[in-house]
Amino acid sequence: MDVPPTRTAADASLANRRPRWGERLVELALAGCGYASVLVLGGIFALLLWQGAQAFREVPLREFLLSVRWDPTSPVEAGYGLWAMVASTALVTLGSMAVVVPVGLGVAAYLSEFASPRARELLKPAIEMLAAVPSVVVGFIGIVVVGPWIARTFGLPNGLNALNGSLLLAVMALPTAVSLSEDALRSVPREYRLASLALGANPWETLLKVTIPAAAPGLLAAMMLAMGRAIGETMTVLMACGNAPAFPDGLLSAVRTMTATIAIELGEVPHGTAHYHALFAVGFALFAISFGVNWAADRVLRRFQGGRR
Amino acid sequence: MKRLWSLLGRSYLVLATAAVVAVLLGLLAHIAAQGWEVMGWEFLTAPPRKGMTQGGIFPAIAGTTLVSLLTVAFSLPLGVGAAIYLSEYAPDRAATRGIRLAIRNLSGVPSVVWGLFGVVLFVDLLGLGTSLLSAGLTLGLLTLPWIITASEEALRAVPRSVRDGALALGATPWQATRTVVLPPALPGILTGAILGLSRAAGETAPILFTGVAFYLPFVPGSLGDQFMALPYHLYILSTQHHSIQTVRPLAYGTALVLVGLVFTLNLGAFAVRSRMRRRLESAR
Repeated sequence: MDVPPTRTAADASLANRRPRWGERLVELALAGCGYASVLVLGGIFALLLWQGAQAFREVPLREFLLSVRWDPTSPVEAGYGLWAMVASTALVTLGSMAVVVPVGLGVAAYLSEFASPRARELLKPAIEMLAAVPSVVVGFIGIVVVGPWIARTFGLPNGLNALNGSLLLAVMALPTAVSLSEDALRSVPREYRLASLALGANPWETLLKVTIPAAAPGLLAAMMLAMGRAIGETMTVLMACGNAPAFPDGLLSAVRTMTATIAIELGEVPHGTAHYHALFAVGFALFAISFGVNWAADRVLRRFQGGRR
Repeated sequence: MKRLWSLLGRSYLVLATAAVVAVLLGLLAHIAAQGWEVMGWEFLTAPPRKGMTQGGIFPAIAGTTLVSLLTVAFSLPLGVGAAIYLSEYAPDRAATRGIRLAIRNLSGVPSVVWGLFGVVLFVDLLGLGTSLLSAGLTLGLLTLPWIITASEEALRAVPRSVRDGALALGATPWQATRTVVLPPALPGILTGAILGLSRAAGETAPILFTGVAFYLPFVPGSLGDQFMALPYHLYILSTQHHSIQTVRPLAYGTALVLVGLVFTLNLGAFAVRSRMRRRLESAR
């Protein structure tokens, strides 16, 4: 049986005390700020799709998706194939992950399981500082330090190639990998570790057989987000990879990634041409790939947290 | 055997950490040592001369300063507004989760994609041209997720009881937010703003097509002008210049100024944040 709510004089006076227009307006404005992020994300998607789609009035979609040859300025026949640069991006990214996964996991495990509070307090800001180094500076180091070193070691005329880019990207992606992996390791309940230690395992075995398996989904998400960063890096790979627009031929070949292609060519093409729109189509593909990686990492993390509670 | 593995494993962890720290220190030491050679009053205050083979980088310093300030002028009000909405007003429902998902995804958008977005929206559609304003707006949206995250964290650190107290005294939600929630959160919001400045100062790809100029001997006089920027100048000097070896010392100098600027900002943010944490802890 529902009793209708009685309105007291106090209620009425509170409600009528003063018109709440100002309050409503402020709330609306703040909500507008909140939804701006959704609008911007939607805007990026829509604008890239709109600009990119116009390329396919002249470029066959089949060619864009299946061909290897990217040569929009060829005097004979312009080529608009996506594959060489997707392969380059994949090569450089996977190369960097080969460093990021073992090293990032090692640093994260040290910080969360073994470092003294004092060491942690010093090391964590240091890792954050590494994340703050601008990508153009990392690329510069690739040219002046890593490049000559690679050239000497492998007897090459110059050291600007996929290996160089991979090593630099590893440096760029490590801070993300470390800080998110550390969060994942620290979120493993203390009782798990204590139980393992009580059963006679030493701290190393506990880490390997209890803590890391328990944190596995979080670690996976951390590495995926780090990979997302590596895929989207622009200046570093632009400066260090040698920028040969051909299908990559191993880690020691010069490559040109999706990001580098856009950065190099967009400044030189007249707005509104097929080449210009094709670069937006590349941008859309890049956006879709990095969005997909981030989204997948998000799902992994979500499921993990959902299962814990 | 068990001992040996444990020892090996743990030394690997220490080694990996030491390697990462060594990379950071080595990078800084190298740039500092090489960049110091050209550092001086002239380098910091003079424009480039003789096809950028001599002179200083003052227009690049000024351009980066201006575009970074402009960036934060755009993203701070919008970002703090969004953070207030998320922490004080937003009900927990699908739409709010959508906002959070959008923010997380925005922070993962590749920087060159921001550049493309800026070209279409600000340079072409809104007709702002390649200008300080277009670049500032593009970077403003790019830094938005960082500002929102830092501000929301700061707002959430303010105890629930403070809000309840204000509301019980008859304050409206906005009065409570403005008078008792925002003030203690200000240092945290400031941290976010400083980190936004530092990010804007270091970004190259988003300004590449939206406003940065190869060479300008002066400081931009209006929002419609193009500008020089430190990261782009470093890119030019190290890859695009006609005699790269001659300008290498200038490139090192530019790198040192850029890294110095970004690190100073980050250390500042770090100092503000740790001070705030200490104060919050002592208040409890």
